[in-house]
Amino acid sequence: MTVFIIRRFMQSVIVVLVMSFIVFAGVNIVGDPVEMMVSDEADQAEREKVIKSMGLDKPWYVQYGRFIAGAVEGNLGKSFVYGEPALQIIVHRIPATFELALAALFLAVAIGIPFGVYAGLKPDTAASKTIMAGSILGFSLPTFWVGLMFIMIFAVILGWLPSTGRGDTVPLMGIDVSFLTMDGLAHLFLPALNLALFKISMVIRLARAGTREVVHQDYIKFARAKGLTNRRVVLVHLMKNIMIPVVTVLGLEFGGLIAFSVVTESVFAWPGMGKLIIDSIQSLDRPVIVAYLMIIVLIFVVINLVVDVMYSILDPRVRLSDVKS
Amino acid sequence: MSGETTSLTPAAGDGDAAAVETPFRRFCRDYAESRIATGAFFLLVAIVLVALFAPWIAPTDPYDLAQVSILDAKMAPGTESLDGLTFWLGTDGAGRDLVSAIIYGLRISLGVGVMSGVVALCIGATVGLTAAYFGGRVDAFIMRIVDIQLSFPAILIALILLAILGKGVDKIIIALVIAQWAYYARTVRGSALVERNKEYIEAAQCLALGHNRIVFRHLFPNCLPPLIVVGTIQTAHAISLEATLSFLGVGLPISEPSLGLLISNGFDFMLSGYYWISFFPGVALLVTIVVINLVGDQLRDVLNPRLQK
Amino acid sequence: MADSTEPTLRVENLETHFFTKDGVAKAVDGVSFAVNRGEIMGLVGESGSGKSVTGFSVLGLVDPPGRVVGGRVLYQGTDLLTLDPEGMRKLRGNRIAMIFQDPMMTLNPVLRIDTQMIETVRAHDASVSKDDARARARDALGQVGIPSPDERLKAYPHQFSGGMRQRVAIAIALLNKPDLIIADEPTTALDVTIQGQILYEAQKLCRETGTALIWITHDLAVIAGLADSISVMYAGRIVEQGSLSDVLDRPAHPYTCGLLGSVPGHNTRGKRLYQIPGMTPSLLKLPKGCAFKERCPHADAACEAAPDITTPVPGRVLRCVHPQLGTGSEVR
Repeated sequence: MTVFIIRRFMQSVIVVLVMSFIVFAGVNIVGDPVEMMVSDEADQAEREKVIKSMGLDKPWYVQYGRFIAGAVEGNLGKSFVYGEPALQIIVHRIPATFELALAALFLAVAIGIPFGVYAGLKPDTAASKTIMAGSILGFSLPTFWVGLMFIMIFAVILGWLPSTGRGDTVPLMGIDVSFLTMDGLAHLFLPALNLALFKISMVIRLARAGTREVVHQDYIKFARAKGLTNRRVVLVHLMKNIMIPVVTVLGLEFGGLIAFSVVTESVFAWPGMGKLIIDSIQSLDRPVIVAYLMIIVLIFVVINLVVDVMYSILDPRVRLSDVKS
Repeated sequence: MSGETTSLTPAAGDGDAAAVETPFRRFCRDYAESRIATGAFFLLVAIVLVALFAPWIAPTDPYDLAQVSILDAKMAPGTESLDGLTFWLGTDGAGRDLVSAIIYGLRISLGVGVMSGVVALCIGATVGLTAAYFGGRVDAFIMRIVDIQLSFPAILIALILLAILGKGVDKIIIALVIAQWAYYARTVRGSALVERNKEYIEAAQCLALGHNRIVFRHLFPNCLPPLIVVGTIQTAHAISLEATLSFLGVGLPISEPSLGLLISNGFDFMLSGYYWISFFPGVALLVTIVVINLVGDQLRDVLNPRLQK
Repeated sequence: MADSTEPTLRVENLETHFFTKDGVAKAVDGVSFAVNRGEIMGLVGESGSGKSVTGFSVLGLVDPPGRVVGGRVLYQGTDLLTLDPEGMRKLRGNRIAMIFQDPMMTLNPVLRIDTQMIETVRAHDASVSKDDARARARDALGQVGIPSPDERLKAYPHQFSGGMRQRVAIAIALLNKPDLIIADEPTTALDVTIQGQILYEAQKLCRETGTALIWITHDLAVIAGLADSISVMYAGRIVEQGSLSDVLDRPAHPYTCGLLGSVPGHNTRGKRLYQIPGMTPSLLKLPKGCAFKERCPHADAACEAAPDITTPVPGRVLRCVHPQLGTGSEVR
C-alpha cells in the first residue's frame, strides 16, 4: 500500500514538472516573453532592462531553471494590476473558491445520491422518469445561463436572496469562511447550487446506473434471502457498492468544480480564484495568469493523488491485492 | 436465473423470417422506440437547417449596420418597429432584432462546435486507433498522456490555451480541439482494443495488408458505435463550452457573435428588467444542447451491445 | 424416517409465470410436493426446467418480470403466499434459509464476513449483542469446517476460495437454526472432493437437527447419495416423484429413464452413452400436450393431451400416459 502511495506521489511530481514546462514553454515560446512580464506601456529602455534582469538573453534551459527556482521559493512575478506578488494574490482568494466548491460538492452528494438511488430502485415510476428527465436538463443547461436565471428569478423578481458577492465572513482556523453566518449562507446558496447543478445530474445518473447494476446481483438477492430489512439492504449492501464509482467520479470532479467555479464566480461576482483569472486574462495581467496556471495544476495533481489513494481504501479488493498499477 | 438456457428466448430465428430487415432499419426501429428521442432528432434537424440557411431565413441581417437602428433598442418582445417589422423576441441594446441575432448566433455556435468536434474526433480517433493497434509501450505511453489530459477539466485546458494563445476564431477552435481530442482517443482506444483481438484482424494481418489499411478499413468501422455516441454528446459539450467561454469574454471575438456572446451582452440589461436579451438566446442554446443530448442518450441505449437482447 | 406430523413444507399447485415481451413463460406450472421434518428431497431437472424458480417462489424472491400467480406454499400450515412482506422477511434466513449456486457472487464483496454473518443474526433478534452474534458466527464457521474462524471472520470474501465461500454461505444458512433449507445447486461450482464433504455434512445435519432440506440440482449422481425422495422436473412441471430408491431402481417416466440411462456406469464401459434426443423446448414455445413428447421414444397420439397426475404405484407420482414400470433403468 505504501509502495502504491509513493509511486503515485512520484508520478504526481513528474506531472507537475511537465506541466510547469508546458506553461513555461507556452508563455516563453508561443507568446512573447517580454510582453508577458512587462506591461504594454513600457518603452524600449524599460524593455531592455527587463530582458536583462529576467535573463531573457540567456539560453532557455537557464531561464527554465530560474523559473522553477523562483516558483519553489514562491516568486512567480508581480501582478501588473495589483502590484503585489502574483502568488500571494491568488492564495488569498483560494479560500473563497474552495468554500464554493465544497458547498457545491456537498449539495451534489446530498441531492444527487438519494434521488439517483430512488430512480434506480424504482425505474418505472413517474417520479423516477421525471428525475431522469431533470438530470438531462441539469447537464445540458449551460451553467452561466442558469446562474443568470437564478439571479433574475430569486434576486430580481422574488428578492429572496442577494444577487452577487460573498457574505460576511468569520475566521475559522485562520481562514475566513462565510458559511457560518446567515448572511454568508444567503450569499453562498445560489452560486453553490448553480455550480452544483451539473454535478447533481451526473451523480443522479451515476447513482441510478450503479443501483440498477448492483440491484440485480446475486449478493443482493442473498441479502434479502437472509431476511434483512429492505432498509439495510439498500443502505448498507447497495450503497457501499455504488459508493465506489460515485466517490471516484466525485473526487475527480472536485477538480472540475474548482475549474468551473470560474464561470459561477464571474456570474455572481464571487471573489475567488476563478473571477481573478478571468479578469486577469482580460486585463492581460500575465504574471497572475502564469501563477494561476501553476497553482491550479498543483491543486489538480494533489486531488488526483488523494482520489487514487481513497479509492484504494474504499475498495478492499484493490487494497489487499497490492495492485500492479 | 443463471445459465445458458434456451428457455426464455424464442427459438433462434435464423434469418428466414427476419431477412428483410437490414441492420440500419433495425437501428432506426430501435431508435424510434423512444418518442422523445425521435422528436428530439427532428427538432435537431430543424435547428441545423435553420442554422445552415440563416441568411435566407432570418427576417433581418442583424449585423448589417444599415438595417439596425438604435431607436429600436431594448424593445420588448412583440413590439413593432417603425418599418412594420415585428420584433417577436424583442431587440437588444443596439437595436438588433433578437430573432435574427439568435439565428445567426446559432449558426456560429453550431459551426464552431461541430467543426471543433469533427477535428477533435479525427485526431482523437487516429491516436486511439494507433494506441490500440500497436499496443505495448506505444499504447502505454499514449494513454498516459491521454489520462493526464483527461484529469484536467476541459474548461481549464481551454482557459490555459486561450490565455497563452490569445483571441481569435482559429484560436478558439484550436483550444476546443485540444480540450476534446482526449475523450475521443480514449473511447476509440477502448473499443479498438476489444476489436483488435478478434479474428478478422488476425486474418487481415495474415494477408499482409498494410497497417494503414487494416486500421482504417477494418478496425475503425467496427469502433464506430460508441464513437457516434461520444461524438454526439461531446458536440453538445463543445457548444456549451464555446458559449461559456464567449460569455466570459475570452471566447469568440465580437465580430463572430455566438449565442454565448449574445447572452453576455444581455447580462447588464438583465438587472434593469430587460430580461429577454439574455433569456431567449439562452433558451435557444439550451434547446440545442438538450436536443443533442437526448439524441445522444438514445443512441447510446440503442447501440450498447450489453443492453441488446 | 420422517415424523408423521404436518410436513415442514407442502407446496400445492404452485404456478410462477414470467411475463416477457415475447410472451408468457410458465416457469413453474402446477408443481406440488411435500418435505417432512429431517427429510431430504432432491429436485432434479435440466437448466430451464424451473427448479431454481421453484425455490425462489417458496421464499418470495422471484424478480420481475416473474410473479407467483397461483397455488399454495404451506410452511407448517401457513400459506406463505398470503403473508405480508414483513411476515415473509421474518421467516427468510430465520426459519427458512437458502443457499445459492455461485459462491463467488453470493457474498457482498465489499463487506467483511463477520458483518455479513452478524447482520443475519441481528436481523431476526435485535436483542442479541454484537459479541454474542459474533460468537455464534464463529461457531457456525467451525461447524462447516473452516479453520481459524476468528481470523476468517475479519476477512473479505475475495480472500476465500470457492469451496470456502460456499461453506460460509452454508454457515450463514445455519446461523438461526432454520426448519427448512433450500439449496440451489450449491455444489455445482465446486470440485468433486469438496462436493462429497459437503454432501456428507448436509446429510448428517439433517439427521441430527431435523432440518428439512430441498436440494436442487441437475446432477443425479449427487442426489443418489443424499436424498430420501426425489422430484423430477421438466419444462416447469413435475413429471415424476417418489422415494429415492424407488425412482432410481424403477423409473417410470421416459425422461427419468433417459436421465438415468445417460449416466455412465460400470456396465456401460465401451458402449456409446445414451443421449436423450432433441433439446429442451423454450418455455415460450411449449408443444401442446406433454412437453416431452417430441423427444420421447414412446410418444403417440395419446400424448397430444397434457397428461394428468397419476399414481401408478403407491408412493409414486407420475405425469405420463406411457409409464415404463418394470423395464428397469435401461431405456434403449
